[in-house]
Amino acid sequence: MSVPGHVVIVGASAGGLTTLEALRRLGHDGAVTVIGDEIHPPYDRPPLSKQVLSGAWHPDRAALRTAEAIGLLGADLRLGERAVALDSATRTVTTSGGMSVRGDAIVIATGATPRRLPGSEGVAGVHVLRGLDDTLRLREDLEPGRRLVVVGDGVLGSEIAATAVGLGVDTTLVGPQAAPMRLQLGDEVSALLGQLHTDQGVRLRLGTAVDGLVVSEGRASGVRLTTGEVLPADVVVIAFGAAPATDWLAGSGLYLDNGVVCDSRCLAADGVWAVGDVARFHHEHLRRSIRLENRTNATEQAMLVAANILGADRAYTPVPYFWTDQFHVKIQVYGTPTPEMRFGVVDGSPESGRFVGVYHLGDRPAAVLGWNMPKQARQHRQLLLPVPVPPKG
Amino acid sequence: MKVSIDQDRCVAAGSCVTAAMDVFDQRDEDGVVVLLDPEPPAGLAAEVREAAAVCPAAAITVHE
Repeated sequence: MSVPGHVVIVGASAGGLTTLEALRRLGHDGAVTVIGDEIHPPYDRPPLSKQVLSGAWHPDRAALRTAEAIGLLGADLRLGERAVALDSATRTVTTSGGMSVRGDAIVIATGATPRRLPGSEGVAGVHVLRGLDDTLRLREDLEPGRRLVVVGDGVLGSEIAATAVGLGVDTTLVGPQAAPMRLQLGDEVSALLGQLHTDQGVRLRLGTAVDGLVVSEGRASGVRLTTGEVLPADVVVIAFGAAPATDWLAGSGLYLDNGVVCDSRCLAADGVWAVGDVARFHHEHLRRSIRLENRTNATEQAMLVAANILGADRAYTPVPYFWTDQFHVKIQVYGTPTPEMRFGVVDGSPESGRFVGVYHLGDRPAAVLGWNMPKQARQHRQLLLPVPVPPKG
Repeated sequence: MKVSIDQDRCVAAGSCVTAAMDVFDQRDEDGVVVLLDPEPPAGLAAEVREAAAVCPAAAITVHE
């Protein structure tokens, strides 16, 4: 494959920026266009629900790079420009501002869009949290003493609840699971996390589905559960997942199925690649197609895609990883725990507030979790690497 | 090459240690990055650049 002259990257967050940086680091000095729909220079998302929402950080601290460092990358950065269409045959991207740009390689890094509750559009006091502007709007609404209901008991909902209660907000976390993040952590650890939230003052209303929003005079006044009970609220955050941002790719000729479907190289079509939350790729070790919504995936996949654009032909086979910080607890997870796995502590103890645990599928270690033991959890990560096949002969 | 770290930004993912174990470590008690060598030899430059690039918190800065 010849090295492409002009690379067009759609998305200016962690995945898009890392692709650009990796291309330059690998010696690509051709033209690169980066199209981002937000007006903000590339910023980091994990601090939004924590340091930025709490006010511990000025929003500027979430910037991924200094303006100077971005300038040195020598890209044509088009911020505040939303990609609205792609023709994968001609590799042409069209934007909301009427720009049409053809690339020798296209990188799709448009991330994901938060799901919303039906009937919540335009209702005051209802929030989602994906971007910096979302975060600042929510922060404005989180006055001490106000009643907040967080709808969604996954990573993001749990983090928002933890941050909000620290701001003196009367906080209720509602969701269908028996404990916060049960899907990601399993029974034992999610029960500990639920206890932590309760101890810190978050009211848990779990194991209950949400029926809808209660609106009074254009403003959210509560959340109705399927039991008929209404949780009164001044502020509601909807945090029950995000969908890959592929709407703009309708008619592109790409295969879309819960993400941009790619091969093991993260290639979606001739000269068209995808990275980050939006990309569904074939994982050769797991032998299935997966899509990862986590921060390190955006970076690692972008670095691999940059190398592949320049001819490396490498398969993407990450050990999935995410972390979450809630109250004084740092949780690290390697691999993907599932309900049928058996969990056992291998270092430290829940009683001491620090432990590493391993999730087994049958007799095989399949995931590792650290609870206030990040370094020790990482050291157990190697349990998850495929055993090298000895050479024949 | 000079390296600096921002321990306040660090999220304790340990990606830097995996990339360049002679230059970065993590504190035992909370996993926050520790810089073992602020001026790594040229032979480690590629690893260090990789560590900075892969850091999920933009906590490592490389001065070439």
